[in-house]
Amino acid sequence: MGEVDVDPIITLIPGIDSGQRHLGFAWGPGDLLTYETQYKSQGAGSVGQACPFVHVVRKDEDIYSPILRKLFNESHYIFVGLQRIKEEVPSKNKKPQFISISKNYRSVIRACMEELQQAAVSTHDTTLATQYGNQVSILLAVELIWNLCEVLFIEAAPAGALLRHLLDWVRLHKADVDEKAQEVLQSESPVQHQAYWDVVVCYVLQGRMEEAAQMLMKQASQQPAARAAYKLMDTLLTKMPVYSPGGTQTQTEFDVRWRQWHQECNRCLEDGSFASYSQLELICRILVGDEDTLLAQRERLSTWYHFLVTRLLYCHPIVKPTELHYYAQASMDMFLDARSGPEPLDSILLAAFEFDIHQVIKDCSIALNNWWFVAHLTDLLDHCKLLQSHNLHFGSNLREFLLLEYASGLFTHHSLWQLAVDYFDHCPEFGRVYLELQIERVPLDTEHKAVKVLRICEQRQMAEQVRSICKIMAKKALRNSRLGSALSWSIRAKDAAFATLISERFLQEYCSHGTFSDLDLIDNLGSAMLLSDRLTFLGKYREFHKLYGEKRFAEGARLLLSLMTAKIAPRNFWMTLLTDALPLLEQKQVIFSAEQTYELMRCLEELTADKAAQDADRPLQVGRLSAGRTGRMWETWRAGRWDLNGPSCSRILQEDDIEATKVELLRLALARNLALAIVKEGTIEV
Amino acid sequence: MECINAKFVSQKISKIRWRPVSSSTLQQPDIFATGSWDNEDNKVSLWSVGEHGFSKMDDDFEGDPQLLCEYQHNGDVLGLQTLSVAQHWDRAHHYPCDSAPCTGVVCNSPEIVTVGEDGRVILFRVDHKGILRTIDNADSSTIHAVTFLRTTEVLTVNSFGQLKLWDFRQQGNEPAQILSLSGDRVPLHCVDRHPNQQHIVATGGQDGMLCIWDVRQDSMPFSLMKAHSAEMWEVHFHPSNPDHLFTCSEDGSLLHWENSTNSDTPSFLQGGRNTSIMSRSTVVPVGGNQSLTSSWLGGDSSKVHLEATHMLPTQTLPVNSLDVLGQCLVCGTDGEAIYVNKRVPV
Repeated sequence: MGEVDVDPIITLIPGIDSGQRHLGFAWGPGDLLTYETQYKSQGAGSVGQACPFVHVVRKDEDIYSPILRKLFNESHYIFVGLQRIKEEVPSKNKKPQFISISKNYRSVIRACMEELQQAAVSTHDTTLATQYGNQVSILLAVELIWNLCEVLFIEAAPAGALLRHLLDWVRLHKADVDEKAQEVLQSESPVQHQAYWDVVVCYVLQGRMEEAAQMLMKQASQQPAARAAYKLMDTLLTKMPVYSPGGTQTQTEFDVRWRQWHQECNRCLEDGSFASYSQLELICRILVGDEDTLLAQRERLSTWYHFLVTRLLYCHPIVKPTELHYYAQASMDMFLDARSGPEPLDSILLAAFEFDIHQVIKDCSIALNNWWFVAHLTDLLDHCKLLQSHNLHFGSNLREFLLLEYASGLFTHHSLWQLAVDYFDHCPEFGRVYLELQIERVPLDTEHKAVKVLRICEQRQMAEQVRSICKIMAKKALRNSRLGSALSWSIRAKDAAFATLISERFLQEYCSHGTFSDLDLIDNLGSAMLLSDRLTFLGKYREFHKLYGEKRFAEGARLLLSLMTAKIAPRNFWMTLLTDALPLLEQKQVIFSAEQTYELMRCLEELTADKAAQDADRPLQVGRLSAGRTGRMWETWRAGRWDLNGPSCSRILQEDDIEATKVELLRLALARNLALAIVKEGTIEV
Repeated sequence: MECINAKFVSQKISKIRWRPVSSSTLQQPDIFATGSWDNEDNKVSLWSVGEHGFSKMDDDFEGDPQLLCEYQHNGDVLGLQTLSVAQHWDRAHHYPCDSAPCTGVVCNSPEIVTVGEDGRVILFRVDHKGILRTIDNADSSTIHAVTFLRTTEVLTVNSFGQLKLWDFRQQGNEPAQILSLSGDRVPLHCVDRHPNQQHIVATGGQDGMLCIWDVRQDSMPFSLMKAHSAEMWEVHFHPSNPDHLFTCSEDGSLLHWENSTNSDTPSFLQGGRNTSIMSRSTVVPVGGNQSLTSSWLGGDSSKVHLEATHMLPTQTLPVNSLDVLGQCLVCGTDGEAIYVNKRVPV
């Protein structure tokens, strides 16, 4: 630790003069917040106008590009598919699958690149076009590296086959030859076309012998005099031995044949068969692998790795993977001597040729501003069991570290966060912790989104997060006075405390309005009622009202009493319950039995005793009421003009008086009912 | 699977609908609209599927500032139903509910009904500027979806496992009928009506269960089927061949249900990983009239074969919306992809 691989890049923030001002900053998950501070450097008295902005500094802009979003989405599918292979196929021989997955990744990169190219061409905005152009060149490099890694690490071809793959690699990334060839062939006279020889030589440099020979045939038919020379070249080109790893040919056999062919080329050169045809001689020199001739083709080769592959093709066709890096280093030195030095891409490729996977990943991480590439490549290589030896000083391992970084970046995006979940899932050590921390911070604008986030948490048994999300939603609903909605959220979260709070609100609402809201919900609570005591009470109390409404008085009375005796009802609500009992006591038929009436009385006394204890220092309120006054009130109430819970009552009397009156009325009603019940029960017994 | 085309569109799709084609012509639908969600600015886009293979064009649409502005306010596009493009634009600025998200919209020309998280049901008319009718406190929980049952009746589903039937001829804020799931009050997320038989309704809920209801008879679902392992976001009867039903879900699958009353074919369930059928066998009202008894309510489970087929290759990200018309099916996912299948076997 401590050493820095490359010097940090300086980012200038527009609008802030860093020479004059001091900057404060705070880290975000994928970005940085910077702001100007008020700190004064010594003596500088004039603070001047401070910059009123907070700047968000983002390292990764690509995530916000609509075209690159497709890359993230499509590769997500491939990534998930790759993780499934591990589970489904236990056999060791999974190489073909890994190769096809690697190819899938690359085709996604290519598709993305093509779209970016089109966008760059069609846009009129020059800055946008440059931006697209830059992204294309990054993707090109990424694809180039990926392809090489696929050839060297995943395919891991043995000597002989290795070169074929490398040739394919070079051909794929130097496709401008085909465009040029198309142009030449479509012209009126291909042979006269100025790019004709260019195309032929490029074909030869890429080892595309048949195509080169076909091109040459056209020239031969135009120059009857030179037929012999062209014929000879045609033979040389078509006869070049090609190693096919699947065939019957052994490596030694191939070596012998190749040497013969090589000698033949040399002989042709020495006896001057092509002496009068400069272009054919050039081709022949390439065929014998003459280094100076090859180096002279710098323009056509354009890169040192093309030079390397061509050189291997004509000098060392059965190069072993272990020898590769000698040639690579040498080719690079030879090719780049004129220029200043290797660029990041060059050193990454060189590291790949040296089979130093970790160096490749490290250099890529430094050179690219996005974790997409390294995370996916590392994951794939890890599946191929190529990364076991390396341990980090931090985190768990390289694969997981990179995946976590990539996924955290995705999580900062307003929409791509959903993809990140699957990446976290496949990080065995810290994935879950990361997910837990990130998922709680997803802004929940709609219930739709909340339901989706909840499902993610529930699938992973993240009880803590489920509770917090439901609580957020319940709070939100409560703020909008959507009690029903709030209640259903807290039921989903099994959050007893919050359910109690909401139940209180329902009861308060009942007390002030005399009616329940959200009946559809409360009537259908079912077993959810048992979540909290208060909710049970709410449900049961509503049930009482329903029974009362349906004139099932006996059942209602029983329920009402049990609410108090079983201590389901909160004590401060008893008075309301007892008041609710009043009309039942006043029915013509006897509803409360004598025993039930005793129970009611006991409840009332308990309540008044409590109250008396509380008001011990105050004069007893009940005593202030004269018997006559109580009687008057009684008449009024019986006439139906009073609603004891209603607001009109409170306007007439002081609060204490209401309480006292209620108690008096209750006592009276209870006594009358008791008398009636005793009489009635007595009569039945006789 | 080879006839399924996928396209990545750089936005998470919340709704997707075909533009209806007139039933007299035999042509296939070729234009559909999508709505996105969870973007910083969400949009509605129109796509056309050309006759030759799969050429798609993003026609336009971002140009309507009123629409964009409304949607930015409301957040994600959650409801989308098109009759024709012109009408849709007209309607966009009617979106109601102050700041409360509107969750569903249904159109039965010329009436439009929207429902929202605020538990309101609001009735619009295409040619009217204002609101025709609002039912406040229609529901104490969130209403998730709405469908027309008859010209004056709509059916809503809420997050408390209830279906409510509203009749706009009746005054007051009371539903004409409430149907509900027994046991756990599982939130219902989608509802669709049988195209020919208006009393048959399919719903899908949070637990991925597909319920078939008969709104005439029972306050309980007629049959329950375990369809998906997570929230079912949409259910659709095939408009012209209602023995076929399509469902899509948060678990990333899209199921094609085929109901055949032909008792000769052997009963088998194909493709469904977790598809089991628990049909509450109820006595079918004896009536010789075949056209009256729908195969969906054919209670005798030995005669009814329900076949569920997965329509999409294995995938993980939620499928939010689907629409089917003729032989064409489209669906949109959170993986920012649109799948188009132009040869659905119906």
